[in-house]
Amino acid sequence: MHELGVVFYVIRDVKKVAEENRAEHVESVTLEIGEVTGVVHDLLRDCWKWAAKKEPLLDGAELIIEEIPAVTHCESCGEDYETVKYAKICPHCGSDSTYLIQGREFNIKEIGVT
Amino acid sequence: MGDFRILEVKQSVFADNDRRANELRQRLREKKLFLLNLMSSPGAGKTTLLTRTIELLGGELKIGVMEADIDSDVDAERISKTGARAIQLHTGGMCHLDADMTAQGLEGLETGDLNLAILENVGNLVCPAEFDTGASKNAMILSVPEGDDKPLKYPLMFSICDVVVINKVDVLPYFDFDLEKCRKNILARNPNARIIPVCAKTGEGVEEWAGWLREQVKIWRS
Repeated sequence: MHELGVVFYVIRDVKKVAEENRAEHVESVTLEIGEVTGVVHDLLRDCWKWAAKKEPLLDGAELIIEEIPAVTHCESCGEDYETVKYAKICPHCGSDSTYLIQGREFNIKEIGVT
Repeated sequence: MGDFRILEVKQSVFADNDRRANELRQRLREKKLFLLNLMSSPGAGKTTLLTRTIELLGGELKIGVMEADIDSDVDAERISKTGARAIQLHTGGMCHLDADMTAQGLEGLETGDLNLAILENVGNLVCPAEFDTGASKNAMILSVPEGDDKPLKYPLMFSICDVVVINKVDVLPYFDFDLEKCRKNILARNPNARIIPVCAKTGEGVEEWAGWLREQVKIWRS
């Protein structure tokens, strides 16, 4: 995956919000990450520590990750099910007319600032 | 020190790139410049297919190529030999290109007189699929030695592509690659995908691919 690249996007967006709100320092950043984005959380945290250190506004800010479970919807029977457990085939009716309804998110939920 | 407070952001990290990509696509449409984003694993045959494509279409379209790699300029050199304009983009370790990097690359390519710009993305089936480059169309190459199960393993890549070129069909007899099974696997992820089997090395099937591209450029510019 592209953890480091994503960290640079997060830093850019967080800096913008912090500056707009005239924050002195960012203490924490909370991300919402879908279960099937492919992002490796530990790697993301390592990249974060390394990159945030270079920004006085963010230095030492804690990265909090909240995971959003992946859910797939079946068009044939209308049921929802756990994507990671059953993948593309609906466990209720065996249909493959299914699509992901959540689990690919990568959102900045909120930031804690002083 | 000020008081601690929480600022709600509620913003997708990809949203900003998506917006920039849509702006770039709009600018390309106004300029009547078609941008193809070509993706694949390393070694699937992107550069070989491109040299063939330029041979077939270079007479009727003015083509420019951006070669994105983490390092080196061997690909840009190969493309330059065909007579098409080529530049090398170094991603500096990044595993993909985003809309901003693509826009910068287009500036470097000096697209004023071009009708077709081709972005050869970093060889990778994961990351490039996540980032909209602003291209008019997305294409990918799957080569026979990689296996017919790749659409199952990298579903996002196959679901965002308008066309999948299956390359190196000359070696089909030597691999357990079932073309029909592969076709089914691709269409399950993306029912609208156009699938074109080719052998870029010998030229087999490349006419059909060039025909698809010619048609798309025509539609984009009309």
